Amino acid sequence: MPRMVIDPVTRVGGQLRLEAQVEAGAVRDAWLSGTMYRGVERILVGRDPREAWLLAQRICGTCGTAHALASVRAVEGALGIRVPRNARLLRNLVAGTQLVANHVAAFFQRQLLDWVDVAAAVRADPAGAVDFARSLGVAELPGVDAFEAVRKRLEASVESGGGPFSGGPWGHPAYRLSPAADLVLLSHAFAALEWRRRFTSIQTLIGGKTPHPQSFLVGGMATAPGWGGPSDVAPGQHLWGTGRKVPSALGTARLDAIRALVDEAAVFAEEVFLPDAIAVASAHPEWAAVGRGRRHFLAFGDLPEDDAERPALLLPRGRVMDGDVSRLVEVDQSGVGESVDHAWYEPTEEPLRRPRDRGSAPRYDGPRGRFTTLEGAERYSWVKAPRYEDDPIEVGPLARVLVATAAGEGDVPLRFQRAMALTGGPADAAFGTLGRLVAPAVEAVVVARAMRGWLDDLEANLADGDLAVADVSLWDPASWPAAAEGWSIGESGRGAVGHWLAIHGGRIERYTVVDAGTWNASPRDNRGRRGAIEEALVGTPVEDPERPIEILRVVHAFDPCLTCGVH
Amino acid sequence: MTKRGLIQGELGGLLERGLSRRAFLAFCGAMTALLALPPRYVPRVAAAVSGAPKIPLIWLRGSGCGGDGEALLRTTGPGAVSLLLESLSVDYLEILMASAGEAASDLRAATIAAAPNGYLAVIEGAISNADDGYRHTVGGRPFRDVAREVSAGASGVIAVGSCAFDGGLAAAGGGSIGAGGVGEVVAGRPFISLPGCPVNAANLAATIVHFLTFGELPPADGRGRPLFAYGSLIHNQCERRPHFEFGEFVEDWGDEGAQKGWCLYKMGCKGPEAYANCPTVRYDEGASWPIGSGQVCIACTMPGFWDSMGPAFRRLPPLAPFLPWLTADVAGQVIVGGTAGLAVAHGTASIVRAGVRRRRAARARLAEEAPETAPVAPPVAEPEAPPVVAPTEPAPEGTPVEFEPETAELEPPAEPELEAPEPVPPPDSEDA
Repeated sequence: MPRMVIDPVTRVGGQLRLEAQVEAGAVRDAWLSGTMYRGVERILVGRDPREAWLLAQRICGTCGTAHALASVRAVEGALGIRVPRNARLLRNLVAGTQLVANHVAAFFQRQLLDWVDVAAAVRADPAGAVDFARSLGVAELPGVDAFEAVRKRLEASVESGGGPFSGGPWGHPAYRLSPAADLVLLSHAFAALEWRRRFTSIQTLIGGKTPHPQSFLVGGMATAPGWGGPSDVAPGQHLWGTGRKVPSALGTARLDAIRALVDEAAVFAEEVFLPDAIAVASAHPEWAAVGRGRRHFLAFGDLPEDDAERPALLLPRGRVMDGDVSRLVEVDQSGVGESVDHAWYEPTEEPLRRPRDRGSAPRYDGPRGRFTTLEGAERYSWVKAPRYEDDPIEVGPLARVLVATAAGEGDVPLRFQRAMALTGGPADAAFGTLGRLVAPAVEAVVVARAMRGWLDDLEANLADGDLAVADVSLWDPASWPAAAEGWSIGESGRGAVGHWLAIHGGRIERYTVVDAGTWNASPRDNRGRRGAIEEALVGTPVEDPERPIEILRVVHAFDPCLTCGVH
Repeated sequence: MTKRGLIQGELGGLLERGLSRRAFLAFCGAMTALLALPPRYVPRVAAAVSGAPKIPLIWLRGSGCGGDGEALLRTTGPGAVSLLLESLSVDYLEILMASAGEAASDLRAATIAAAPNGYLAVIEGAISNADDGYRHTVGGRPFRDVAREVSAGASGVIAVGSCAFDGGLAAAGGGSIGAGGVGEVVAGRPFISLPGCPVNAANLAATIVHFLTFGELPPADGRGRPLFAYGSLIHNQCERRPHFEFGEFVEDWGDEGAQKGWCLYKMGCKGPEAYANCPTVRYDEGASWPIGSGQVCIACTMPGFWDSMGPAFRRLPPLAPFLPWLTADVAGQVIVGGTAGLAVAHGTASIVRAGVRRRRAARARLAEEAPETAPVAPPVAEPEAPPVVAPTEPAPEGTPVEFEPETAELEPPAEPELEAPEPVPPPDSEDA
């Protein structure tokens, strides 16, 4: 039987192709292919390490912040630089913004249409929508008129025969929610679009623009408070420039604006995002069993809570193996290796190439001319296959939440447990698609709340007279050792990100990136074992091979990013 | 305000803002101003933008980071959602569309075949050419074929972001996909480029609004960049410019100058060589922009900026006088006319471009000959096309007072640093 092909898989980061063997109404085997290569690691070679983050940031337009941070931290690690407290807090705020915004987009923009029937929402009774909204605990929220306005808007879009909703698998029997619920969730999706647009301006306020905020720096941050403390207009004006007041990069007005956005984020995550995620999950209890993988989870951990050399992390580091959340397994950067046996690269000597080894050059030997399948191709993706100590492993919000549970740290475990209980799924529901739906919402709540704490700390610190934002003692390359190596392991919204680099003579000699997309969307490895998503797809029911909505549910729940994954 | 109160007002407000007529008109007003049209055009803009029939939009994602589509979703005013959903029929946009796989490709084909009044094509990311284009495929075909097909029937093609402009990051030194700009695949259709990394979504929205209002793309310079957005030098519009004139510079990150908002020229700011409206339009409805947040400009709207303008933190050598009337086009003409000093000072000259092409060709040859062992050339300026040489004319009146001392660091034009980790201390003989 020929493979089923989905290319492009839409609503993911980057270019993803999926091939699946479907037999007797279920996926028997699956192959994921990243079909766009750019070669950023090789472009970084030979450059000034201080600007590496600018290029590394462009690995991804959504998760770029994580790559920028990984890059500056790797250089700082190589040179032995510790950043000031203010810089850590500013970085956490920028990274926290990326993480929360990513989760909201992943749910409302990238996943929702797999669970919500737009055609049904058009038929919904707006009064029923109000009732459903109330049942979510979001009392008296927007009135009948608002839901009717959204309904009309959807109706106009569907009737136009074009637009983003056209060609969707509407009416598919897998759609389970009531029309009223569909309408409420789609209304929230519109609101989320608008909310997220405002929320991400935190990155603009701190970094000048978004995506790709620009105020990172090897040694700290470029964003500086006013002379003598936070002020709204930088002092030192000249008559010549009257009327062109220079806004202070870290003035009180900006800090207040950020505070308002952060507070709003905590409420949005807690009162809209989380209830919505639970509502979707609880309507599909059988999905607890779909999308299970090997149940190996890895988190590099991120968001340092203090300035120690080995700081406590809001998102802890570690592994959970075989779904055993009672045991936290250690993680170290040296455990990472990548196989290119099934990816379009020059073969490497070792079965698993370590990030500190020399990189391998691209070598495309796939089909030429329009192709319908990659069946029979030994190599079938631009994504490499990273493994941790030889194990294929899953990363992402679910992995982080489970690792936090194993670590018993913070209030994530309890919140996640409570949320999963509300879905009504079985005790081990967390390991499948339902867990991947709920975990990001829980994490968004926790991180949005933490952002408020970082902002308070930042303001208190500035008020105490600590205005340092960067350690510039090693800015001059003349002060560097002739050769140095560094790495950084951390998290993007989508999962574990590692950057490894070597510096020689003031230039980058080698650069390796292993990203969340690389872990999750990896092809088979040196031992022929599937990547995390490939593995999770096995066994997924497919009711209508023409409209494989179930496959998309499993894939989208991982929120894969192929732009990151291939880089 | 209680938490409950906040969320009640908030969610309703969020919904309303995306839908309300008032927000929509405010958006039209902002767009009219950005396009430098008189306010009396607002009703015309509003009518055109909300008019029927909706113009279909196909948005393609080439070899890039996807940040330009993300920029649109993140940063334009509330009107962006209206523009997308009410004024245009977004028939193909991979990051949002409901359908996937062949169904999605079919929608794209249907739009190309059916649109009676044509459609608008927006393309982000570079065109991937290596391996016959097979380093980027969509639906089993090279992306460049899809881009060519979509461009061929479009009534307007808008290349968004620096990668779509000229290959951007993938075309930088060390790049291996034979990356080029979207212009390579557009033949004989109205075409405009909006470089920037990412594109300023306000400029994209304004370009679309112009197209809807006047039925054509806005006037552009020789490289296809609209003049309303890329007609002026950043340095000439910069809020920190007075500090440059008075010789007040940030000398170290976070120092007194940084806290006082002084000029970032010495930290490597490329504002004196970059054309864009960032200082006036800024990002996120005027919230901030890179220099406003204390970081240098990296000249991301300029050709080959990763190499021609980099490294980001290497300070620019002293420049030719800043002439407020000078546009990228004039600079280009001047270099063609042979007055090298002016044009190369602005980094837009075709000679630089030619140098970049030569370099790329050389790299491609290298890569073909020895794909595995070829050392990657350091991304530094091209010997035969130095980005900057000394001004050929004496500086006119009004030359910044800080100018003279700066010449002590002028770099020798004929030998830009090749292997040295840092700019070589310049010989004294280079003093003007």
